[in-house]
Amino acid sequence: MGRPVQYNTKIKIVKMPDGYTGEGFFATSFDKVVGLARANSLWPLPFATSCCGIEFMATMGSHYDLGRFGAERMGFTPRQCDMLLVAGTIAKKMAPILRQVYLQMAEPRWVIAIGACASTGGIFDSYPVLQGIDQVIPVDVYVPGCPPRPEGIIDGILKLQDLVHNESLRRRGSEQYKGLLESYNIQ
Amino acid sequence: MTNEFIKQKLTDKFGEQITNWEEPYGMLTFTVPAAQNLKVMQHLYDEEMLRFRFLTDLTAVHFPDRKGEELSVVYHLHNLVDNARIRMKIFVPIETPDVFTASQLFSAANWMERETYDFFGVNFVGHPNLIRILNVDEMDYFPMRKEYPMEDPTRIDKDDEMFGR
Repeated sequence: MGRPVQYNTKIKIVKMPDGYTGEGFFATSFDKVVGLARANSLWPLPFATSCCGIEFMATMGSHYDLGRFGAERMGFTPRQCDMLLVAGTIAKKMAPILRQVYLQMAEPRWVIAIGACASTGGIFDSYPVLQGIDQVIPVDVYVPGCPPRPEGIIDGILKLQDLVHNESLRRRGSEQYKGLLESYNIQ
Repeated sequence: MTNEFIKQKLTDKFGEQITNWEEPYGMLTFTVPAAQNLKVMQHLYDEEMLRFRFLTDLTAVHFPDRKGEELSVVYHLHNLVDNARIRMKIFVPIETPDVFTASQLFSAANWMERETYDFFGVNFVGHPNLIRILNVDEMDYFPMRKEYPMEDPTRIDKDDEMFGR
């Protein structure tokens, strides 16, 4: 007999990866499982410097609730986190600090540039402002907007989840990836 | 305390050395020879009737057209007892922007002079630590001088044609 009141009937469950299933076993490829696990438990590291940071706070709050997508707990140390969210204007003086934060994150790591300033410098076409964080660290997803609404930020994170989900386990060891990091003088 | 009283007090002490008396929006403003800036400020500080013992602001202005006195350093002083404010200006040539530091008189001048050096390149003689404070250390020019464009000159993706400039 069912309970008299049913809460949360609209639960979405992540789709099971393709594989062989039988009694008491399930066989699939390793990177599908790892991708599934990584994509749905991204640990965000907020690097908020201005108004985009406020929108990000709304994204984490109860109304928009980023926790629904498996990014519940923010880690305020780069060593624990997978997903660096740069929200706001990065001054040139801040650039080495941002880079240091990125270097302290363990692989695999992903970066989202939230808003026009983090992506391109935005309206601050001026001598003290870094014209996009991709001048100092590699960026995976850019979220446009000045500032973007929480829906935009969530959309960016879902895009990143797609990337994480489909990322090959060998990507981080590949020559191409090493070349990318070398172009930023990392390692 | 009236502007006339302050003006009278300063004229009694320094005579014709202080020039360009103005009162924009009621705030007494005057120009002092660059070499005299500390003497005048010390007098304003020590004199029992004046007591200007608070440095509200210190900054510079670049006037590219005023040959031989391109850089102006502006001091805003405040008498907290009588709630009176004055503005003191000095002018120096841009080739030798040497100004005596006020950091011995006002501790607040320390960082303000570093900022003024950072943006205008005013050389505060006698400052204990005259290095950049807000901009990156690698910066090799003084960005608020008017010969430099406001936009980031290293930027390659914005050309004038695209932005109608």
